[in-house]
Amino acid sequence: MLRTNLKHVQSTAEYNGLLSDGGKAAIVCGRMGPMCIPVYGAMEALETKYPDVKFFDMEFDAPVARETIRRLPEVQAFYGLPFTVYLKGGKIVHATGGIQSKAQVKEILDHKLA
Amino acid sequence: MDTRWDVIVIGAGAAGLTAGIYLGRARKKTLILDHGTVGGQMILTYAVANYPGVPESAGASIVQTMREQAEGVGCTVLGHADVVRFDLSGPEKVVEVDDEGTFTAPVVILATGGVPRRLGLPSEEAFQARGISYCATCDGDFFTDQDIVVIGGGNSALEEAVSLTKYASSVTVIHEFEEFQAQPWAVEEARKNPKVRFLTSQEVVEFAGEGTLSAVVTRDKRTGELLRTEASGAFLFIGYVPNTGWLEGVVALNERGEIVTDEDLRTNVLGVFAAGDARVKRYRQITTAVADGTVAALSAIHYLDELARAAA
Ligand SMILES: Cc1cc2nc3c(=O)[nH]c(=O)nc-3n(C[C@H](O)[C@H](O)[C@H](O)COP(=O)(O)OP(=O)(O)OC[C@H]3O[C@@H](n4cnc5c(N)ncnc54)[C@H](O)[C@@H]3O)c2cc1C
Repeated sequence: MLRTNLKHVQSTAEYNGLLSDGGKAAIVCGRMGPMCIPVYGAMEALETKYPDVKFFDMEFDAPVARETIRRLPEVQAFYGLPFTVYLKGGKIVHATGGIQSKAQVKEILDHKLA
Repeated sequence: MDTRWDVIVIGAGAAGLTAGIYLGRARKKTLILDHGTVGGQMILTYAVANYPGVPESAGASIVQTMREQAEGVGCTVLGHADVVRFDLSGPEKVVEVDDEGTFTAPVVILATGGVPRRLGLPSEEAFQARGISYCATCDGDFFTDQDIVVIGGGNSALEEAVSLTKYASSVTVIHEFEEFQAQPWAVEEARKNPKVRFLTSQEVVEFAGEGTLSAVVTRDKRTGELLRTEASGAFLFIGYVPNTGWLEGVVALNERGEIVTDEDLRTNVLGVFAAGDARVKRYRQITTAVADGTVAALSAIHYLDELARAAA
């Protein structure tokens, strides 16, 4: 399990549940590495400011990631951790690869999850 | 949260956290602010093997300990805190932080470190995390059995080129000069590795590909000839730039944008000190940042005590 203060998506059923409930969510799929830790930190800092969005992490090397996020067409061109996906209305509305700053995440939340 | 502090430290990397530890122990009320993740470049370091007294450890775990030490002596540490307005000119420095409020203190320590240098090409932005990476340990395994390039000629570039041969089928080191700035042992190690080849005197002009990176185009600085190197990955290790753009016209900077200080780490502005990679110095390491944090804090404590004596 990742050592972050975010909630963890640990099973495919949980992931599918997030999609089917149609709410807004951001999931950071990564490892405890240098490019991922700042993204978890940005999400933790934004969690209280976006009460309508659920923030999660997912372990990149766990079966759940291989069965869900790592299979998405949106991430097939990514060659950098973490893979971050944004969900709204039961769909993936945006995905990013690699390190992102709090400002970049905020921009996505304000525009893609508005 | 309190609005008045004895010292505001801007930047919570090795230098800023160390300054906090010394200030807190001297009972100075200290606020440490960072616009990113607490820890700075140490967070970007998978394994630190040269921090005396600490066996090889992940940078993140050293950060955790330093943060606990700073908070343990009473410092308030705020990560992801964006400074939106500041005035360092008067005797009472003012720093306004987005969503948090306005804070004042007679002393500010600037410990804003540096960020990896980018080439600044539009195509570099386009291929980030789509072939371009700045962290071999993080992203190396995406390039298993592929041909990749490493751009740079310093120690980091050559050491990472060798480490990437664990995954890649070939690693081409592209360097803008004929000679490497890396230490001879690092050059030797890379030259010995059969998977590493070298392209020197090459200026990168473009990253090319459809959706993901497929080639790096360089110009030979001796002949002007363009050369296309097929590669699905490009790792850039071309040095660091100081995080001081926002300090232009505020404190004295040199031509590289580094903060100019005296031996006690005072800047040219009374009550403003600087520590760590953001200031003018030759060697940038955790140990040197920690040393700077110590000196800046002790100088700041002396300055605050003088102010108190003058007011008494
Ligand atoms: C990949 C990598 C590996 C390394 N390996 C080693 C090693 O093995 N051993 C070693 O000794 N050194 C190593 N170094 C170098 C070492 O990490 C740095 O020299 C040292 O950590 C610098 O510390 P600092 O506090 O001066 O700056 P930084 O660590 O850069 O910290 C500065 C902090 O200031 C914050 N900041 C910047 N601007 C602002 C602003 N305007 N407002 C608020 N906050 C701001 C940043 O977010 C950052 O957190 C490595 C560096 C890297 C990148």
